[in-house]
Amino acid sequence: MIHVAGVDVGSTQTKAVIIDEEGATLGRSLIDTGADVVKAAENSFALALGDAGLAPDDVSYVIGTGYGRYKVTFGDDQVTEISCHGRGAVHMFPGTRTVIDMGGQDTKAIAVSETGEIVDFCMNDKCAAGTGRFLGAASAALDIPLDDLGPTALRATKPVRISTTCTVFAETEILSWLGKGKKIEDILMGVHQSISSRSIGLLRRVGIDEEVSFTGGVARNLGMVHVLNENLELEMNVSEESHFMGALGAALYAMDRARSAQEAMA
Amino acid sequence: MSAEVQNEMMRRGNREGSELFRKWFQGLNQASDEGKSAAYVFVMGSLAEILHAFDMPIVMPEITSLQTAVRRKSADLLNEAEDHGYSPDICGYVKADYAIQSRGGEHPLGRLPKPGLALLTNACNTYLKWGEMWGRMFDTPLFTLDIPGTRAKGTQSWPGDPQFETEKRYVRAQIDELIQTCEEITGKEFDIERLKQNLEYSNRMSAAWKGILECNKKGPAVFNALTDGTVYLSVNNVWRGTEEGAEYFERLLEEKRWMNENRIGAAKEERHRLAFIGVPCYPIFKEFSELFTDWGGVFVISTYLWFASGGNNLGVQYDLEDPLDSLAEVTLIHVRDAMDSMFHPEQVLLENLDDFGIEGVVYHPIKSCRTISTGLADNRRELMEKTDLPSLFIESDMMDKRVISVAQMKNRVDAFFEGIEMRKATRLQEAAQ
Repeated sequence: MIHVAGVDVGSTQTKAVIIDEEGATLGRSLIDTGADVVKAAENSFALALGDAGLAPDDVSYVIGTGYGRYKVTFGDDQVTEISCHGRGAVHMFPGTRTVIDMGGQDTKAIAVSETGEIVDFCMNDKCAAGTGRFLGAASAALDIPLDDLGPTALRATKPVRISTTCTVFAETEILSWLGKGKKIEDILMGVHQSISSRSIGLLRRVGIDEEVSFTGGVARNLGMVHVLNENLELEMNVSEESHFMGALGAALYAMDRARSAQEAMA
Repeated sequence: MSAEVQNEMMRRGNREGSELFRKWFQGLNQASDEGKSAAYVFVMGSLAEILHAFDMPIVMPEITSLQTAVRRKSADLLNEAEDHGYSPDICGYVKADYAIQSRGGEHPLGRLPKPGLALLTNACNTYLKWGEMWGRMFDTPLFTLDIPGTRAKGTQSWPGDPQFETEKRYVRAQIDELIQTCEEITGKEFDIERLKQNLEYSNRMSAAWKGILECNKKGPAVFNALTDGTVYLSVNNVWRGTEEGAEYFERLLEEKRWMNENRIGAAKEERHRLAFIGVPCYPIFKEFSELFTDWGGVFVISTYLWFASGGNNLGVQYDLEDPLDSLAEVTLIHVRDAMDSMFHPEQVLLENLDDFGIEGVVYHPIKSCRTISTGLADNRRELMEKTDLPSLFIESDMMDKRVISVAQMKNRVDAFFEGIEMRKATRLQEAAQ
């Protein structure tokens, strides 16, 4: 039995997934990346191994992905998270033709073929507006944990309109709305709407073909799922695995390489 | 042929190009030392053949500015211009030049003579604003060459059309006026024989440059249009209408044909043949190129080598029997073609995809030049509708490193190549079945 792994070293969190030949997830892990990127990759892989009940030697191929992919020093190769999210999403939801991946510092719109081949992609610019970082700024300004942002926003009745597209200025604008006596849930829904608007702009650039799958850390945010579904007028594919989609895609590429290597040896 | 001789032959064009570039700059430095002023001109419609006939030193400010970025000296200059009040959104070339002029012409490669004449065309609005800046700084006389019908996407009038003849007369009248202006500024009488000689040099340059560009049709590519091409382009502009320029390009053509015949490629590894649309990323020029060459990507075409070569890519020849009318005619053709290849690159690209074996197209809009960048998204969509070629759209700048994120850029370039390679693998699999 071949076991392989994908390690997705993101700007905020590092994820690892170990799969078998059927593509089934045997173990996974999620940790904060922190300042030591190499260590984050190692720790994440070790935790996923523990979750799968495997030893490092049981894993025949490892692919690193994410911004820290070249820091997966124990890995065999690297693939960008753009390719990995596309591949992971098509594996998880075979009808996927468009992927929206929202991470800590960037958002990507990816058009994929039925085989998971990347047809086109588009990312936010150097600016972090429209990414998870925008939510981080709101979390800090309102002193609400990240995980509570979505549920709180869903209680909104009169969402405010966040006009800034700059993450740095978002905090100032949030405070100004608070000063005007607006409810926290209305302000937060405004933040979600603002991110949604930027993200849909990216999606339009690559074309919005159904099915649309939502991946990346922000896919855990129910408020963001709700707002995007409403604005796109469709139901995106989202699962508990969405956060791990990059690592899963990397593991699937690792399986291709491991099989090729096995065939070459045979 | 020994490896040493072969290596020398392959590097000759770049070495001689760099030497000529330094020689041009030394000439400018000397002019500055002698207190002479220069004609400041742009790559589209420079009319260098006339200016050389008056022995006017020629400064090409687009090139002197971009050189500050290549030499990693542009950041201070941009900051200096912005401290003065220029917006971050204004053309980086202009801002770098503002700071250079404020420093008395001080440039990383020497000292520029002051602008004694600004010859501008309406090809770019910024040219006019730039000239106005010199006017305010130095009372520089401005001569604006108004080229009609440049924004028409292939529907311009061409030779033989009565409309073209009218427009040619309009340009010819302006050329006559320019000659008078040059006579007044230099105190020299116009010598048409010298103009003829300069046009003859340009004819040789243009014929050779067209031939050189075509050498990349046959694989392996004999030059990288992004990197080697930029060296050639500098010579094309700053030595236009000179014997040195003519000889350089004829030797370069000889080199490229020799490489063609011997099937010698310029790249260490050529795995993917690409087209480049836009202006290079000069602040990280080498790293930018390596993002592609690391994947075996070679640019065999660059629209930059068309629109920024002053029309020489066409190989159109001046009629030496009728030099002034011919100069008007060819200037019209050159600027119109340059505008089309800048604003509608998909037209020429679609015609050349098969000949050059293009496997992917890279669009590189730049933040501080809206003239060239606006519309590239539409061009890309049009290309995607007409072909199924993979394309990449990455934005950075030609001068300003502050807006460039190498990590993000690398991510996108890597994903682009992953897509190309996956696609090739899928097609191979399909063919095998």
